[in-house]
Order: sequence, then C-alpha cells, then structure tokens
Amino acid sequence: MDIVLNQVSKAFGEKQIFNQFSITFPEKEITGIMAPSGFGKTTLLRMLMGLCPPDHGSILGIDCKKSAVFQEDRLCRQLTALTNIRLTNPKLTNEEVEKAMEAVGLDSCAHQPVRELSGGMCRRVAILRALLSEYELLFLDEPFKGLDEKTKELVMADTKRRCQGKTVILVTHDGTELEAMGAKTVILGPEEQAK
Amino acid sequence: MKKRVKNQDIRLWAVLIWLLVWQLVSLALDSDILLVSPLKVVVRLFELVGESSFWKSILYSLQRIAGGFFLALLAGGLWAALSARFRGIRQLLAPMVLISKTVPVASFIILALVWLSSRNLAVFISFLMVFPVIYTNVLNGIMETDKELLEMAEVFSIPRGRRIRYIYLPQIMPYLRAGCSVGLGLCWKSGIAAEVIGMPKGSVGERLQQAKVYLDTADLFAWTLVIVVVSILFEWVVLWLLERTAKAWE
Repeated sequence: MDIVLNQVSKAFGEKQIFNQFSITFPEKEITGIMAPSGFGKTTLLRMLMGLCPPDHGSILGIDCKKSAVFQEDRLCRQLTALTNIRLTNPKLTNEEVEKAMEAVGLDSCAHQPVRELSGGMCRRVAILRALLSEYELLFLDEPFKGLDEKTKELVMADTKRRCQGKTVILVTHDGTELEAMGAKTVILGPEEQAK
Repeated sequence: MKKRVKNQDIRLWAVLIWLLVWQLVSLALDSDILLVSPLKVVVRLFELVGESSFWKSILYSLQRIAGGFFLALLAGGLWAALSARFRGIRQLLAPMVLISKTVPVASFIILALVWLSSRNLAVFISFLMVFPVIYTNVLNGIMETDKELLEMAEVFSIPRGRRIRYIYLPQIMPYLRAGCSVGLGLCWKSGIAAEVIGMPKGSVGERLQQAKVYLDTADLFAWTLVIVVVSILFEWVVLWLLERTAKAWE
C-alpha cells in the first residue's frame, strides 16, 4: 500500500511547518527526500512514524510494522551491541546477528556495551537494528552520517541489499547516497511545503 | 572534572581521634551516668552479645524495620509507576507524600499508637518514612527516562515488558539506588524511635528505653552502637542485592 499524505497541515505554536501538504510514497520502493534545512523533514518523518499527529489532513498506509534509523543512534548505552539489535527482534539468533555485524565490519564488538563503541560503530549498530527488525516500512533519517567513505560504501550496499522489496523513505542531504541506494528522489522546497 | 567530596570516606585515624576525645571527656567528667567511657561500652557490649535476649531483640526489630522498608520499596515502586502513567494518581498522592515528608516522625508515632498495637508500630513507621523517598525517586526516574529511547520503542513496537526491562529499569536504577540509600538510614532511625515510644516487648527500642529509665548509659551506648552496626550491615546487603540485580539486567 502506498503511503499517502493528504492535505496535511502542521504547526508548532506560531510556526507553520506544513500547510495542506500532499505527497505519495510508492509501496516497496526507496524514496529519497532532499530538502533544504528547516523544511521540516524531521517533522515529516515523525508524522509518518506516528510520533506526531498532523493538525489537519490524513496520512494513509502507515498502519504497518515500522523500523527506523533516527538522526541520533538511540541505542541503550548499557546493553551490548548484540542485545541492542535483538531488542527489536528477539527471534534473531546470536549467530544471525553476529554474521550481519561481520558484514558491516563490526566483527569483534557484538558483546561489548555500546557505550564503549566509537560513534561510527554505534551508527552501524543502529542501522543493523533497523534492518534486522521485522518491518514493512523503513525510515532512514540521514542514516550514513558520521561514517567514513569506505565504511559508508560497505554499509550502503548492505542496506540496499537488505531493504529490497520494502517501502523505504530516506532523508539525506547527500545526493550520492540516494544514487547509491537507487532511490527515486523527491526534492522538496518551500512551494511544496506551502501548497 | 570537578572532584566530588566523599562524605562517607571514613578513615580509621579519624575514628580513633574521636574515640580518644570521648575517653578523655569521660575521664574528665568522671561520671558513668553523664558519659560512660568507650572502654566500658565495649565491655558491656561483649556482655550483651553473650545473652540470648540480645539476639532476639535484634531479630525482633530487624524483622519489623526491614519489613517496613521492603513494603515501602514495593509500594513506592508500584505507585510511582501508576503515578507516571496517570496524572490523577500523581495529583492524588502529592499531598500525602508532602505530609509524610514534613510531619515530624514523633507525631506519626503517637498517632499510630492510637490505631495500631505497639508490636507493628515499627513496620508502619518505617514504611511511612521510606515510602515517600522511594516513591519520589522512582517517579523522577520514570519521568526522566530518555524520551528518544521511548520513541524508538514506539516506532519498533517493542512490547511493554521489554521496554520496562531494557529502557525503564536501567534508567530508574540510579534513582532507586539513591532512594534506597536514604530510605535505609531513615527506616532505622524512625523504626527505633517508634519502638522507644511504643516499647513493644523484646525490641531494641524497649532495651534503649529501659537503659534511659535506669540511667544505664553503658547500655544506652552499647545498644546505639548495635543499631548503627546492624543498620550499616542492612544497608550493605540491600544495596549489594540492588547492584547485583542491576548487573543482571545489564
């Protein structure tokens, strides 16, 4: 089912973020969103995630299993990398998680608490947590931020492979990421916001 | 980083100096009623240890005070969880919590003596003193739980049980530990005070009261020392158990 935002309006106090905004995200495709800072990309994602209801209008197609990579890692600092990943999908075996971690260069840190990991490692744990959970709709909010070029390539390839056949909404400032992920790009500007 | 001053950093030399001061003052006063010497207190303590009634009194008070503490721990945790979920409950409990924090413990003890038998007084008073501390700390812990992690759990539809275990409990634990540390001291002070006023037969409080009546200062100091030691041991055990539980969750 496509995700349809229909005449959505959202304001925070005096600040109007969206005014009768409409957009459709096609099912089982990767849609990349590029927009200038302050456009309201995070608000848009939060509305789609169900964390922030719109003031007016409707959002269809989001009543399904969701997964996300947030701008922040949002990991449980006291838990190991492996437990963080299994937190969202306990059906996974340790071996499955360890194998997936190996694929993105996290071979030796499965049993380390994430508070002991570097920023780039935490990012990869957060990405794997999202990719290994059971979902139909995946949100990626600047997911590859903070990764060095080599790791980014590795992780992007892994992400693309794992989210085949799923509905993905990817927000980024980097056009090369959209290209590498094979995303259909939507560029949003003030005219769409105010439509 | 600012270095934290450790108030509980007790050194042997400091203890010895205070014991020496105590010994010198008692020698200068030369009156066992006014101030008994530490040596005589130790001698009296050894005498008491040999009596079976000594251990029975400790067990009697320990059972009741610990009972009050654990009941408060349980009730404080549960009501804090309910208060965090329902604002009405939080508002309903706020005046009661304020009252139990501010009303002098002696007023509660006298009032409770009207309602309860002196046997159960220490349980009730310990509970009453510890409950608001645990309740407030756990509630603060729940309210301060990382909103971003809770949103993550919401998006991934993580079931409530796992949210409690992996998100709430680790974040509440430091608050609970602090609450227990304060509550453990309070429960012994208030519980023994209740026993001194209510004088339940066979309690430590009764022994303290008898020491006062007979002006037996050596007994008074010996029992006070016993209370301090038992309350420190109890605090160690409870905090150790809490620490182990926290480690197991991690």
